[in-house]
Order: sequence, then C-alpha cells, then structure tokens
Amino acid sequence: MANFADKHKKLEKNVTLLAVCSLVVVIIGGIVEIAPLFWIDNTVEEVEGVRPYTPLELAGRNIYIREGCYTCHSQMIRPFRDEVERYGHYSLAAESMYDHPFQWGSKRTGPDLARVGGRYSDEWHVQHLVDPRQVVPESIMPPYAFLKDRDLNAGDMSGHLRALYRVGVPYTEEAIEKANEDLLTQVDPFASTAELEERYPKVQVRDFDGNPDRLTEMDALVAYLQMLGTLVDFEAGEAQEQPR
Amino acid sequence: MNYEELRHFADSWGLLFMALLWLGFALWTFRPAAKDMHDDAANMIFDEDKNDV
Amino acid sequence: MDTLLMKAGGWLVLAFVAFAAMVLAADSGFAFHMAIIAIACLITLWVTISKADYVAIGRGILKAPPDQGLYDDDPIRWGVIATIFWGMAGFLAGLYIALQLAFPVLNLGFEYTTFGRLRPLHTSAVIFAFGGNALIATSYYIVQRTCRARLAFPGLARFVFWGYQLFIVLAATGYLLGITQSKEYAEPEWYVDLWLTIVWVSYAAVFIGTIAKRSEPHIYVANWFFLAFILTVAMLHLVNGLTMPVSLLGAKSYSAFAGVQDALTQWWYGHNAVGFFLTAGFLGMMYYFVPKQAERPVYSYRLSIIHFWSLIFLYIWAGPHHLHYTALPDWAQTLGMVFSIILWMPSWGGMINGLMTLNGAWEKIRTDPIIRMMVLSLAFYGMSTFEGPMMSIKAVNSLSHYTDWTIGHVHSGALGWNGMITFAAIYYLVPRLWGKQRLYSLRMINWHFWLATMGIVLYAASMWVAGIMQGLLWREYGDDGYLVYSFSEVVSAMLPMYLIRAVGGLLYLAGACVLVYNVWMTIAGHQRDEKPMTETPHDPEADKPLAGQPAAVPAE
Repeated sequence: MANFADKHKKLEKNVTLLAVCSLVVVIIGGIVEIAPLFWIDNTVEEVEGVRPYTPLELAGRNIYIREGCYTCHSQMIRPFRDEVERYGHYSLAAESMYDHPFQWGSKRTGPDLARVGGRYSDEWHVQHLVDPRQVVPESIMPPYAFLKDRDLNAGDMSGHLRALYRVGVPYTEEAIEKANEDLLTQVDPFASTAELEERYPKVQVRDFDGNPDRLTEMDALVAYLQMLGTLVDFEAGEAQEQPR
Repeated sequence: MNYEELRHFADSWGLLFMALLWLGFALWTFRPAAKDMHDDAANMIFDEDKNDV
Repeated sequence: MDTLLMKAGGWLVLAFVAFAAMVLAADSGFAFHMAIIAIACLITLWVTISKADYVAIGRGILKAPPDQGLYDDDPIRWGVIATIFWGMAGFLAGLYIALQLAFPVLNLGFEYTTFGRLRPLHTSAVIFAFGGNALIATSYYIVQRTCRARLAFPGLARFVFWGYQLFIVLAATGYLLGITQSKEYAEPEWYVDLWLTIVWVSYAAVFIGTIAKRSEPHIYVANWFFLAFILTVAMLHLVNGLTMPVSLLGAKSYSAFAGVQDALTQWWYGHNAVGFFLTAGFLGMMYYFVPKQAERPVYSYRLSIIHFWSLIFLYIWAGPHHLHYTALPDWAQTLGMVFSIILWMPSWGGMINGLMTLNGAWEKIRTDPIIRMMVLSLAFYGMSTFEGPMMSIKAVNSLSHYTDWTIGHVHSGALGWNGMITFAAIYYLVPRLWGKQRLYSLRMINWHFWLATMGIVLYAASMWVAGIMQGLLWREYGDDGYLVYSFSEVVSAMLPMYLIRAVGGLLYLAGACVLVYNVWMTIAGHQRDEKPMTETPHDPEADKPLAGQPAAVPAE
C-alpha cells in the first residue's frame, strides 16, 4: 500500500506522468467515439444516385464555402414532420458521403438548403443572390452581386478532382483528366454532353446565370444550388427508408 | 474487428474501464494521508512572491 | 557571431522561400499570405541583426544568462496588451455582424464585408486571439509563480508569442479574402494550420519545460488544467485539421474526411475547443487568480482535483450533442447526450469550489470589484454549464438546434465566464506587471462590471426569446394541418430581438473601452483621485474619551 502511495505521489509531482495520464484519458474518449465511424461501409448505407460533384458543381461549392454560406444555412434536414414538410425528405448520411468538408451547418438564420435544387428557377437564384430583398423583402441575406460580374477562376479542376480522389472520392482517371473540359461543357448548351452525362448522371447542362457569353462565379454557384438534394429519387422506392 | 464489435466494446468494457479509472482517481484524492499534502499545495501560492519590475 | 549569422541567414532564407511561393502562387489569397510571411521574416531578420550586442560578440564575451532569480515577464506584458487589443477587435466585429443581422444594408455590397466572411473573423478573434492570448499570457505568469522558476526556453517563449500573432493575422486576413476550410472554429487553411502546429508545440515545450525545472515540489492544480488544455488542443487541432491541399502553392484544400465522419470529427473538435480551450484553460486562470485575489486558498483542493479528472474524462465524449437528429448514428448521439448531462456535475463542482473560496470573506464582493467580477464570471460558468447539458437533451435540442438560443448559450459562456474572468485577471496583472502601486481606478472596474453585466443580460435574454420563438414558429401547425409561418415571416419577427442583442453587445464593448482606458492610465503611471471603495465612517471629534463630563444617570 505504501508502495502504491509513493507511486501516486509521483503522478502528482511528475509532469510527464501527469501529461501522459491526461492525454490517455482524452484520447480514449476520442478513439472510442470517433473511430467506429470510420468503418464507413457499416455507417453509411449506400444510396442509389449519389455521385461525386461535377467540376462546375464543385467550383460552385467552393464559392459556397468561400463566402461562408454555412454560417447561416444548414444542409441537414432532421426527421421531424415540420422539417420534412418545409424542406423535403430528411437527409441521409449517404447524401453527404462525398462532401469534403461536410456542410451540415449549425444555424438557420436562413432556410435549410439540403434540397433547394430545382425548387426555384435559375433566374430566381440569380436575382436573389444579386439583391435578396428584391425577391424576398424580409430577407437579411447579404447581396452577392459581385459573383455575376466575375469570371469563374476555379484553377485547375483536374488538380481539385485529384485531391478529392486522394481522400477517397471515386473519380475515374478519365474524369480527372477531362475535368477542365467538363467544367466548360456543363454551361454550353450546344456541346455534346453524352460523356459528361455518363460520368455524372442527372447532371444539369445549361447556362445558369442568364449570360451565355461568360462563365461567371454565378454560373458555378447556381449550378451547385440547383443540384442540391436532386440526386436521390425518393419517389422511386422503398430502399431509402432505412431505420437509423 | 468490425464496427459493431468496436461499438459494443466502446459502450460496455470501454465505458466501464473509464468509469473505474475515474473512480480510482477520485477515491485516491480523498485518502486521509494526503490531506496535508493538499493543504500545502493549496497554500503554496501564498508563499511570498517577489515580482520583478 | 556564427549563431547570429545562422539565425539571420535562416530568416533570410525563409523570407526568400516565402517570396518565391508568393511569385509562384496558384491563387491571389495564397500570394497575399506568403507576402505577409515574407515581411514577417524580414522584420524578424532586422530585429535579430539590430538587437545583437556586437561589442560583446567581437570581444568573444558569452552573453550572461538571465537572472534566474527574476521571473520572465516580458512576454506576459506583451500578451496582456495583445489580449486587450484583439479583444476590442473581436467585440467590435461581433457588434458589427450583430447589426448586419438587424440592418442587412451594412453588408455594404463588398465581398470582404459580408456576414459570411466577418462571422468567422469575429469568432476566431474572440476565441483564439482574445482568449488565446489571455491563456498564453496567464499560463506563463502562473506557471512561473507556482513553480518558482523562471520561464524555460526564453527565446522559444517569445517565438510562441509572435508566432501566435502571425497565426492570428494570417487567419483573420484569410477569412476576409475567403480562405476557409468552413469547419467552424477551425477555419484556417492547411498552411496556417501547420504554422499553428509549430507554434503550439513550442508553447507546450515552454510550459512543460518550466514545470520540469520547478523548485516547488507540487504541481499546482492550475497547471494541471493548463497542461490538459495545451495537450488536448494539440490533439484536436491535428486530427480535425487533416486535409489534402490541391497544390502546395495554393490555399485550397479538401478535408480528409467526408460527410458523417467529417461532421463528427468537426464537432468532436468544436465541442472540445469549448471544453479544453474555453473551459479547462480558463479554469487554470480561475484556480490561481480567485484564491490570490481573495487571499485565501481554494475552498477544497481535493475538489479541484476531482474537478480536473471528471472534466477531462467527460468533456471529450460530449461532442455528438451538436449533431442530434442528424444522419449521425443514434448510439453516438445518445452517448453524447448522456455524457453532456453527467458533465453538469463536475462543472458545478468547480463553480462551487471557486465561489466557496470566498467563504468567510463574502464582504469582498461588496468591497473588491475584481472579486465581484470573478464571482459573476463563476456564476455565468455555472449558468452556462447548466444550460448546456439541458440543451443537449434530445427533446430540448430538437427545438433549440439551428436557432439563436445556441448563440445566446455560447455568449453567456463566452461573455460571462471567459470574458469576465479574463478582465479580472487583467486587472489583477496590470499593476503587478508594470510595477504600479495600484490600478488607475478601482471604481472604473465597477463601471466596467455593470456595463458588461447589463450587456450580457440583454444579449442572453434576447437570444433566448429569439431562439425559442424560432423553434416554436418553425414547427407551428394551423387547424388546417399546414405549417403556419413561412421562413421569411420568422426572419422578420426576429428584428426586435436582434436590435436588443446589438444593444447588449454595445454595452459590453463600452465596458471593454473602460478597461482599455483604465489599463492605459495605469501603465502610464497615473492614479485616479477617487473615493476608496470602502469607507467606514470616522469622526475624529467624536473619537475621544468622555472626560470631564458627568456620567449620565441611568433612568430609573
């Protein structure tokens, strides 16, 4: 017993031991809680329709992140009657499985955007982003008119897709190579889109910002907003109603 | 080791281990022999300190 | 001379590397940041060269080691000033974005001034710049005094201070330029994260090094809390910051995790940033400054040890309560909820321990404005650690999540607990660090106290009303079975609450201005001519023996 007492005195007087003990305690908590989620196959039920973002959608998503949209908009519908009626089917884990980083958000100063795709026209989005109060008088959203006047300068999209591929997004080698072409194809109504559609099912191809002469940041952001929540077809079947 | 096993381990043995460890630390703190030591430590901050400047 | 040459050369090479990275940068934001780094390297180079004692070097005299009989307080003085400076910047940014929510025209139409970019600026400024500088400064102060040893690695200690300021500048300018990982409270991009890692490891080395060379046998409990804070934040930062840069010459990176995993990692980080940065670290301050100011030992030293172990055992598990009813697996949500509720106990144990330290000296609350501030801070610690577990209950959370209630909760903790204990520590430290007899004015601490208290009350109350209103209106169904309110109707109903909140923020900022003035005048060496805080009346005329007067005849 006396021996044990000595040992504990050591803990109270020895900085290394104190540090190690504290660290062990916090690390165990972290490992036990987080590590299991990385057995992704078990955690996230695969859902038909979910695919990686097209280069244009990804560029738009990066603008969404850059502007801090997540500080006011969530992308996570909880399974409550009112939320499902207001925003659509509750969010499934699989729907954000390619989201590096996730954009679930934590605050709804503005409405949830998880299924905003297809709810409004492109024109509505453009007008709303340029001057929110012209469209929704009560809105307190900042104006984003500058997106319309600025060429999309997304950088080398192949590099972006490759970085995502490295962290586990299943882009094919072909998708990575043709990323820059795919970016342009998606806003070109006259281009041949067969390849793009094969790589990215349900891809929406058109000019998004009402200005076909230019590829602007507005094109990319609206393309992203218009695809949110549109990939999974909830009408089609039963399979998605997994008990969570 | 798969997800289910780890998760079960986490909320049974893992939790028990943590709880016991905590209890050990807590009881240990209250052993009578340590009273003086703790009083010393608590009052140590009042030993004369000379600030520079 | 050789070492001087090595040092100067090293900074020059670094400046050159940063300059090259600026020229080759893939995006303008990265180029801007590399320019800042290059300038920082050149400034360090200039300081290295100009501060060197060439005469001594020329004569081959080795620099005398600093007097080990004195505490090393320079970085602490800088840290106190940095804390106040960044605090003002952070409060001002907070007031501005609060006003933006009431008057959206204040977004001004520039990309740099939108709410989305200013909000991370506000949160990082108050948490990491104000709180972080306060933690570094007070931990340097406390670890020296409780170990009775001069700071270990003085050069490294200074590097930590300036390196941390560079981190803040890079993070803040990055947010304005739109460089962000979008992980709340961990927004800086990969290269800024790497820089912070270097700074943080140096900080740990200085802190642990000082404890290792202590001449006091005990490690005082405040140091336990600081140590847990430093180590855990390092772990959280490393794991949550794992990203894949698109290019080594560009700012953009993609999180190593996706979706559910990323969300859980982020909120494991986010919640423990609160638990270890804003709680454990500040408890370290509390366990030193409250007993010192009250001039009596902590109520129960044993309770403080139980507080320590319970807090670090429990906090680390509580993160998933940020993700109730999301796509996170149910078991993780339940685990997070249960641990959050248990966490209430040690938190209140700590609060009681702090408050009861005043047992037997309660009159100090009336007579000592610094003690009053500490008591208020502990009261808010207790209040927000009760509110937190309550909000982590799934049923409550279903209402409160996504609403302004969360904002109110965070601010009662941040403004009340972190802010007030930091102000109290600053008032304690300034006369001691600058060798003044007393503060410029004790009565002005009172003004600060009341301005801040009113500010917090307005803030918390308006956000409770706003949050609960949002939660209830969003789920309000009419007799026809349809949702009653559109989202925009709920937004417009928030205006009065947002205005009250902004007034609360303004009062809090006004209180901080009083602190700035008080500290400024103290350092400048002035003392305000004011009535002392306590006055037991004394009448010299009456204070005499009753000689030469007939003794009063008691009435029959």
